[in-house]
This record gives sequence, C-alpha cells and structure tokens, in this order.
Amino acid sequence: MLMSSFSPGLLLILGAIAVPLFRGTVRQVYMLALPLLALLMAAFLLESGVHGRLALLGVELELVRVDRLSTIFGIIFSIAAVLGVLYSQHDQDPVQQVAGLIYAGAAIGAVYAGDLLTLFIFWELTAVSSVFLIWATATERAYHAGMRYLVIQVGSGVLLMAGALLHYADTGSLSFDELGLNTLGHTLIFLAFGIKCAFPLLHNWLEDAYPEATVGGTVMLSAFTTKLAVYSLARGFPGTEILIYIGVTMTAFPIFYAVIENDLRRVLAYSLNNQLGFMVTGIGIGTPLAINGTAAHAFCHILYKALLFMSMGAVLHRTGTIKGSELGGLYKSMPWTTGFCIVGAASISAFPLFSGFVSKSMILTAVAEEGYFIPWLLLLFASAGVFHHSGIKIPFFAFFAHDSGIRVQEAPKNMLIAMGITSFLCIGVGIFPQPLYALLPHPVDFHPYSVAHVITQLQLLLFSALAFTWLMRSGVYPPELRSTNLDFDVTYRMGLPALARWLVGIFLPVDQAIRQSAVRAFHRVVYGIYRYSGPGGSLARTLGAGSMVFWVLAMLVGYLLISLARS
Amino acid sequence: MTEQTNDSSEKVYWLDRPKNVSLIVWALVGVCVALFFADAFYHKHPHFEIEHLFGFYGVYGFFVCIALVLVAKSLRAILMRSEDYYDTSEESHHTKDLAHHAHE
Repeated sequence: MLMSSFSPGLLLILGAIAVPLFRGTVRQVYMLALPLLALLMAAFLLESGVHGRLALLGVELELVRVDRLSTIFGIIFSIAAVLGVLYSQHDQDPVQQVAGLIYAGAAIGAVYAGDLLTLFIFWELTAVSSVFLIWATATERAYHAGMRYLVIQVGSGVLLMAGALLHYADTGSLSFDELGLNTLGHTLIFLAFGIKCAFPLLHNWLEDAYPEATVGGTVMLSAFTTKLAVYSLARGFPGTEILIYIGVTMTAFPIFYAVIENDLRRVLAYSLNNQLGFMVTGIGIGTPLAINGTAAHAFCHILYKALLFMSMGAVLHRTGTIKGSELGGLYKSMPWTTGFCIVGAASISAFPLFSGFVSKSMILTAVAEEGYFIPWLLLLFASAGVFHHSGIKIPFFAFFAHDSGIRVQEAPKNMLIAMGITSFLCIGVGIFPQPLYALLPHPVDFHPYSVAHVITQLQLLLFSALAFTWLMRSGVYPPELRSTNLDFDVTYRMGLPALARWLVGIFLPVDQAIRQSAVRAFHRVVYGIYRYSGPGGSLARTLGAGSMVFWVLAMLVGYLLISLARS
Repeated sequence: MTEQTNDSSEKVYWLDRPKNVSLIVWALVGVCVALFFADAFYHKHPHFEIEHLFGFYGVYGFFVCIALVLVAKSLRAILMRSEDYYDTSEESHHTKDLAHHAHE
C-alpha cells in the first residue's frame, strides 16, 4: 500500500513548506488539515510492519516501522499537533507556523523511524525546527536561551550519530531495536536519549528554554521533544535498571525548584521534568505493566501538560506577565481559563476521574510489584509534591490568592476551544480508560478504580492539600518572589565563562612572556643580520679596486713567505 | 492588552468573603478526617508492610508536603539570586569583552 510507505511525519514536514502560500481562513483550515490527516494515518491507515525500505550507500533504511509502540506515540503526537495548531491560531506568524508543523512532523517521523540513521535525521530536525519557536519571542533573553537549547539538542544528535556508527561497526546493522547498555556505542546512544529526556544534570535546557518560547510555542515544545526521548528509551532500553534510579531522582528533585520558582511557566517546566521521571522509572522496571504505564502516562501527560501550558499561555497573552508575584484573582476575568487550568491540575495530580489517575497508577503498581520499596516511597512523595506545586500552586497563584487587581478579557476563542477539547480528553480518558488501554503496547489487565486505590489516592492528595492550606494560613509558605534560582545551568552559563576567563587570566601572562621572548629573539636575529649585512655592515661593505690589489699582494707575499720557510 | 481597573463598585465574589474561604478550609478538614477513618472500612491490597499502617497515605502525604515546602524554602538561602542575575552578568561580561576589545 503506497500510503503506508509514506511517513505521516513527512506529510507534515512537506505540507508545512506550503503554509506561506495560503492566507487567512484557508491557511487556518490547511494547517489543521495536515495534523488531522496525520492522525487519520496513524490511527487507521498505517498497517503494522515495516514500510518505505530504502537502500542508501549499502545501508538499509526503514522510513516507516509501524508497531504498537510507535502507533500510540504517533497518535498522541498527531493529537498534540492538532491542539497546538488550534491553540496558536490567533498568532499568524508564518515562521512559527512552518516551524511548528515541521517540528511536529519531525517528532512523528522519528517515532516511526525503523533505523538509527532515519531516527538521527528526524532527531536533529526536531532541534533545528523547534528553536524557532523560542526565538520567535524576539527578546535578547529568548535568543540566548534558544542558542543554549540548540547547542545542547544538536549535541545530543551528534552523540546519537556517533553511537549509531559504533553500533553499525559492531553489528553491521543500523536497525533500531532493543539495545541495552552493553557497548560504548549503546552508551552514547543512551546519553543522547538522556539529554533529550532531561536526565538529572542533563536537564537544564528544558527549564531554561521552554518558558522563554512564545505562548503557542511552549505548548508545542511541551509535547514532542521529551516524549520522543521517552519513546526512544522505551524502544532501546526497556528494563535497564539504572533508569529506575535516574527516573526516581527526576521525579523528586525538580519539585523543590517548582515550589520556589516564580515564573509559572517555569514551574510547569520543572513539573514536566518530574513527570518524565515517572515514565523513565517505568522503562527501567521494564515489565509489560510498567511499559504500558509509561506509554499511557506519556499519552495522558502530553494532554494535561499541554492544557496547563495553554492556560498559563492564555494568562501571559492577556496580562503580559506570568510571574506568580504579579498575578492573582484572575478567576474573576478569566473564568473559563481557570476552569480548564483546574482540569489540567487535577489530571496531573492524578485525581480519580482524571487522566493522570489511570496512567500513573500503572507505573506505581509496577514498581511496587517488583518490590522496589525506596523508589516506591519516593514516587509517592513526588506524587504528593506534584499536586502541591502543579495542582495547587499553579491555579492558586494565577487565578486566586490575593487579588492583583488585574482585569483582562477572557482568552481568545481559539485558545478556549483548544483548552476545551483538551480538557474533554483529560476527563474522557480518566473516566473511560479502556480505549487508551486498548492502544497500549502490551495486553492490559489493570483496573484503576478499586476502592482501595481510590481512597488511598484521595488520602494522599487531600492531606497534601491540607498541608498546603495550613502552611498558607500560618504564613510559613514561602511567598512568590521575583527571583532567579540557581540550577545546574549555572555551571555553563556562569561557570564556563568564568572558567574561560580564569584560564585566560593564567595563560595570558605566559602567552605574553612566550611571545615577547620570541619577538626578542627574532629582533636579535634581524638585528644581527642587519649589523653584518645591512648598510655599513662589515659583510655588505663594497671595497675599492685598490684594496683588492692590496689584499692580492698581501696574499702573494704570504705565499712567498711560506714557500721560503718550507724550502 | 493589560487593563487594570480598581473599580470599587465592582461585583463582590463569593470567594471575596473571608468567611467563605474559611468554610472551604473546614470542609477540606472534614473530608480529610472522613478519609482518614475510611481506612477502617475497606479491604487493602498492600505490596509493602508500611501500607498496613492506619491512614498511611494521608499521614505520609501531609508530612512529606510540609517537608518539601520547608526544605524548598530553606534552599532559597542558597539558590536565590536577583531576577536579572543572568541578564546582567551575561550582559556585563559581554560589554566588558567589547570594551576590552575596543581597548585593544
């Protein structure tokens, strides 16, 4: 079937190029049609198997590999693209429109890639296209953040390529299947995935760049890059034990930052990092239930995280600020946005009847079933923490808290529609998880709505809310302050330049001394040559014919004397 | 797009009254108490010993959240810098470098 050999990713990428040809409503319809068509392909038209085989320089490439794992990610990426396009419709900036569609297409193309070279090409394309969503903010700050983002993302691609080449040298194949951490090549690939997945210490590009993107750009960014990495880890490294510890660390440490961060979109970026931790832990456990949990959680997470970024984007769009210290009381002027934000908050917090509940519980159950007690306790802590900063802090400081006196219009209609559909999906998946479970990579025998599970989850969440309330009322809760909190990026934003200055400070005098002595030596040589060969130098003197005769005579006399002495 | 008004004749919302906020707080306390004692009335399927403790999830959630906030708050002492920390430092180094080059 011809359709099958054509990646839905390519459809978006090639289709994106034609976007500037259209104007007004036609462009809007065209831009929605592309991801809808991709969704149609991902959900119904693509048949499982490998399509689009291509021989390139003796290497076999597989453009489209359709199986259950790639299908669920292909579907949710297409849905995210539809929602992102809808949400950004008020902004008719062609650069963002083209970049956004290419970015979504590259992520979808990467998910369907059957070999490491195809994966690499789409991998780098996600980086190069998405950075325009950050630069489109058109501030000095966004420019620098975008640059850092691009360097790190492209660097991840370089590691992937190096790893793929080593893998090819070892095995003679480029096909992208389960790899495992057993060779240098695979370790490089693991690191490449780890950068894009925002592993601890490799994470800061996320918190640095995402909050600097445009209102619609952040919504797009939140969906694709990191979940592409989750997909790749699930494909290449399921059951790799170190991922459990990496994942648990990822769930736990960003929430401390989320509590004290003032930029509410940056709070969401930290909580995104924390949510990735749950998925990574699931991959590390590697049992069918855990991998199902990871895929399901990625699916739900893309929706509620987009919804939260959408609501904060609407606030930023209307008020011009997203700082917790400046906001408050917006529920009066943006009631719909408030409602949608609360749906997103309830979903990420995994309240029963909302999407996070039916997916995160699979991962926690899988961790408990394998007997990992400390990781399980930490995940539980992180779950309570998520509710604390994403579930309560985000809606509370933006829409409630003390009334900032800001009165604005409700969000634009296209944003409300996008948020409405996303909210509907979050609740729909929460109440009827069966269609989602049917999409998962492995057969599902999991029932989230047991009495014990509902009650224990409500206990965890509502007692967290009680803690928040008590801390708030007693005045212990740290106020939102205009500030920057140092994270690992201080090492390369301040540390590297400082190191460079320090090295320059040390080597500058050495360098100067070496140069000066070299210059002095050179001077001496030149001066010496000049002294003997320059004008008036002894070697350059021109002598008269008289002196010539004199020296010839002297030589002859000397010769005569020597001959006389010998005889 | 920002439009700020401080109209004193503005509608007073339900949540504007401190009494109603207190009502919500007490409702939350009530629900929490009910959930705590609900532990007596259902069959648990625990994976770990600790889950047998009465009201474990509630107690754990409450205390880890307080710990989270207190630790995060104290981290501010180490981590917090002014809002334009990176802007000024990056910029000043940049301008310093430029000045340095110009000087050369």
